[in-house]
Amino acid sequence: MTTSRGRLAVLFVVAAMGALVSSLPFFYMLGIAFESHALVLKQPPTFLPEQPTINNFVRAVTTAGFGRAFLNSVIVSVPATALGVLLSSMLAFGFARFHFPGNRLLFYSLILTLTVPALVLIIPQFVLIRQLGLFNTHWALIFVYAVGGLAFNVFLLRGFFEDMPQELFEAAIVDGANVWQTFRFIALPLAKPAIATVTIFTFLGSWDEFTWALTALQNPDLYTLPVALRFFQRAFGTEWGLVFAASTIAVIPVVIVFLAFQRHFVSGLMLGGTKG
Amino acid sequence: MTSLASGSRAAPTGRRRRSQLRRALPIYLFLLPGLGLYALWMLYPLASALFMSFFDWQLVRASPFVGFENYARAFADPLFWRALVNSAGYTVVTVAGQLVLGLGVALLLHERLPLRSFLRLIYYLPVITSWVVVSLIFVYLYNGQSGALNWLLVDVLGFLQRDVAWLAEPATALWAVAALGIWKGIGWTMVVFLAGLQGVPQELYEAAAIDGAGRWPRFRHITLPSIARTTGFLLVALTLGGLSVFVSIFVMTQGGPLNSSEVLLTYMYKQAFERLDLGYGAALAYIFAAVFFLIALVELWFVRRRLT
Repeated sequence: MTTSRGRLAVLFVVAAMGALVSSLPFFYMLGIAFESHALVLKQPPTFLPEQPTINNFVRAVTTAGFGRAFLNSVIVSVPATALGVLLSSMLAFGFARFHFPGNRLLFYSLILTLTVPALVLIIPQFVLIRQLGLFNTHWALIFVYAVGGLAFNVFLLRGFFEDMPQELFEAAIVDGANVWQTFRFIALPLAKPAIATVTIFTFLGSWDEFTWALTALQNPDLYTLPVALRFFQRAFGTEWGLVFAASTIAVIPVVIVFLAFQRHFVSGLMLGGTKG
Repeated sequence: MTSLASGSRAAPTGRRRRSQLRRALPIYLFLLPGLGLYALWMLYPLASALFMSFFDWQLVRASPFVGFENYARAFADPLFWRALVNSAGYTVVTVAGQLVLGLGVALLLHERLPLRSFLRLIYYLPVITSWVVVSLIFVYLYNGQSGALNWLLVDVLGFLQRDVAWLAEPATALWAVAALGIWKGIGWTMVVFLAGLQGVPQELYEAAAIDGAGRWPRFRHITLPSIARTTGFLLVALTLGGLSVFVSIFVMTQGGPLNSSEVLLTYMYKQAFERLDLGYGAALAYIFAAVFFLIALVELWFVRRRLT
């Protein structure tokens, strides 16, 4: 292919302009988050605030309740991720390394549920948490988030456990290790890269989730960030400085996780069906 | 531990089978927590949604059995059909938009451009941002009096004579939300296309260049056929994503104005949780799942027959 310098320069300019247009909404969000006036709805749009201030951030965290919401998001996402990753790697390990009656049947029925969209289950899950007394608690979110990505994670991890050399496990059996010990001390440390991918997906999925949190929670003190944001915008629709300061706060952990684990993202994405 | 992958696999007959089960007991116990929680939170709800759809479901008192009435009601409900058509329109527009723009960006960033990884990252940013946050940003951009879009189209470019309330006009609401859907999905489509482009044999281009084939013929006859599998996968994944649209519409228009942006899932959610008509909602959910599954099957069949 002819890759003259001139042609590359033109392509670069096109790609860079596209990237700029694509990220304009974020600049816009940041510009308004740092804007000093509480009521900011003006034209022409300025991406650089006239009098930059962190006032909106301070108010968002203190008086507007987003500090509480941030904490709730952490309280929900961290245990949900830990539980989801633990359970899915245990299942994947079991399916990958053991022959037992029902192995394939169980694995494929798990995979089949990948085709069920999450919202189809929301009505019966709502009835279930009322029956279990978990309505309006963070437990309802933790369980559903942990289990929501389970089938996908097991699918992703099983291949990884299957590729491990058999000799490693045989040595452990000779030493008298049981299933849990083989999993915990041999398989798990070797599976770190795959576990990282699954951890990121589960965490981001839990952190960004809106619909189930909206349905399962009633008390505003329990709201996670996405739900708190939506209610705040509906109640104080004109306080865009606060809305976007809070949005920025919600986006920051996502960007950090993304930058830190970029490498794992791409490998997982290749397998990642409708995720994202 | 004799049941480890390398262990003997005897034909399960009678007593053998029982001893096989006994030996497998530690593994069943090991899998129990995961399978148990999965059964409780996914399989049981899946079954109970079907059960609920045959009842006029009540949260506190006894629920009367109504047979197929909830399903019959859906098919006679003009708003259900409206939502179905809107879902289809949203899906067609967003799938086409994401495929075309995602491929365009992927082709650009497949070249050895400076800052290539950084540019990929920028295009990917909307993908990882929560739907609620991007929906709120777009609500602000679309503002009817002085949003940035109106400023651009009216004051700067002069395409329009007056400001448009993009999310409050029945003619524009659904498409304004679809534009957000496309913007948010370009990055993911790009990453998948980039992986596909990696697999195109370089020799084909070199041979074509020797034959004097121009840029367009090379794209048309080498690139496109080589990434047909990737395109097929994306077609299915993006269609299912489009049909599942919920949060952006719920946050930006609540399905309005005048149901002009009502889609299947917003309609289902409203019936279930605003009108507390849970049985009807469950029936709508099952109809949705059936549509979803059917379209996936048809597309997979098409992809296998025609694209690979």
